[in-house]
Amino acid sequence: MGAMIEVQNLTKWYGRTLALDQISFTVEEGRIVGFLGPNGAGKSTTLRILTGFMPPTSGQARVAGRDVLAEGLAVRRSIGYMPENVPLYPEMRVDEYLALRAGLKEVPAGKRRAAVDRVVERCWLTDVRRRLVGHLSKGYRQRVGLAEALIADPPVLILDEPTIGLDPAQIQAVRELIRSLGQKHTVLLSSHILPEVERICDHLVIIAQGRIAAAGSVDDLKEGLAEAQRIVLEVHPGTGGDGPAEVARALGQVTGAGEVRREEAGGGWLRLTVQPVGNADLREALHAVVTQRGWRLREMRREAPTLEELYVRITAGEAAADRPAA
Amino acid sequence: MDKVLLLTRREIASYFVSPIAYVAMALFLVITGFFFALSDFRPGAPAAMRSIFDMMMIILVFVLPIITMRALSEEQRSGTIETLLTAPVTDVQVVAAKFLGSWVFFLAVLAPTLLYVVVLAAFGAPDLGPIASGYLGLALLGSAYVAVGLFASSLTKNQVIAAVTGFVILLMLAMVGPWLASLAPPPWRDIVQQAAIRTHYLDFTQGVVDGVHVIYFVVLTVYALFLTVKVLESRRWR
Repeated sequence: MGAMIEVQNLTKWYGRTLALDQISFTVEEGRIVGFLGPNGAGKSTTLRILTGFMPPTSGQARVAGRDVLAEGLAVRRSIGYMPENVPLYPEMRVDEYLALRAGLKEVPAGKRRAAVDRVVERCWLTDVRRRLVGHLSKGYRQRVGLAEALIADPPVLILDEPTIGLDPAQIQAVRELIRSLGQKHTVLLSSHILPEVERICDHLVIIAQGRIAAAGSVDDLKEGLAEAQRIVLEVHPGTGGDGPAEVARALGQVTGAGEVRREEAGGGWLRLTVQPVGNADLREALHAVVTQRGWRLREMRREAPTLEELYVRITAGEAAADRPAA
Repeated sequence: MDKVLLLTRREIASYFVSPIAYVAMALFLVITGFFFALSDFRPGAPAAMRSIFDMMMIILVFVLPIITMRALSEEQRSGTIETLLTAPVTDVQVVAAKFLGSWVFFLAVLAPTLLYVVVLAAFGAPDLGPIASGYLGLALLGSAYVAVGLFASSLTKNQVIAAVTGFVILLMLAMVGPWLASLAPPPWRDIVQQAAIRTHYLDFTQGVVDGVHVIYFVVLTVYALFLTVKVLESRRWR
């Protein structure tokens, strides 16, 4: 298992706009990797560079061990690409189009028929294979795009927003199809919707503002977040005279505790959030402080930020970073 | 080569399902038919097609850009250029196929005018030599016009702009050229004269096939196609 896609310090300027800023990531063979980021983060730009449609301003990209610039044709032979919005020729019939693409992708003339039959069946296009592409619904067009990407059975599949614009049943079907491709193909698919990618992919590359914000397996990313588990507790200082500030200070002095936030929870109750330094479990130590001081405790729980929160923070960070510029 | 033929076939097929191509075809046949009836097919006129061949140089300036306008601009507008150019094909293959497709369609548009030859033969005794050379000239003229039209089509996503750009370039070459030559001072006169389409086209209609003229049209075609490839490649540094 080697790296099927290697991206190193890729930078792309559109005129004076910086679209990609030194991004690097790799995709191992046989993996399904989600390329996640808000709209305009640079996802499509990256995919277009990988497929040889446009060159990077600087940096290097290799697919199946070949440089996308120096060996463009060889790279394109090894990729099945579905661009965003699936551009198709409306005046062609579905099977005519797929046969044309099979020819362009060097499927031998004698095998084109079989190749078309295979992808038509695989992408549930049997009912529409003689229809004009221009008459198809969005969902069917999306499937034609997928069928086209699969026609020459390439080792690498690059799919730009494969499930956008589909209804829930179709999303489900496309999701299953892509998952089933993972055994034979390396898949890189982009999306701006986290739950979507989380269901299909076991690895994520999160991009925001032209930079890689996080990358790794979904499990690793979650584990990284679990280490940052914070503890929320609700305490009543009682009549001992300890003020809210004193409560927060005392809890903050527990070994391993970091920042403590406090807020009023009504009726004299305080809600405190203790952020641990490292991945220490502070529950017992915090409880000890509370009983020793004679405070009342009505709730204590651990809270792990979800992947969704991380993603929102990344995209919100972008919004915050945008503000001073505007 | 295999891929060029595949793409050419798609190109030709797309013309035959396009209403605009039929409009251009009808326009061309109506206008040429009109002039044929008016000037060549009259009692007392020589049984030849000279005047209609002359006219076609002008008529095609307006008809061919309509035929070629969508070839590359529509691919850019709809985004299919991205699927096309990320397949394992080169820019040269794509442009060659676009050219062949449009040129073959042009020849198909021209084919019904062979009826005029039949009509002339039925009512007179036409000299077939100049007619054959005239058609050769038309095929070459058409290839240059198609190449220029493709170049115009590569520049924009908008079909109308592509057509107008094509008209303007062809008008310069076909009509303004000779007029400019008559104004230019002597050393320049010859150069402008030699660059103009008319200088090289008219001999064909008179039954003269000169190698220089053939080379002129071939070079013009190749040069316009070369520029088209460069425009496609320019996405790499734009």
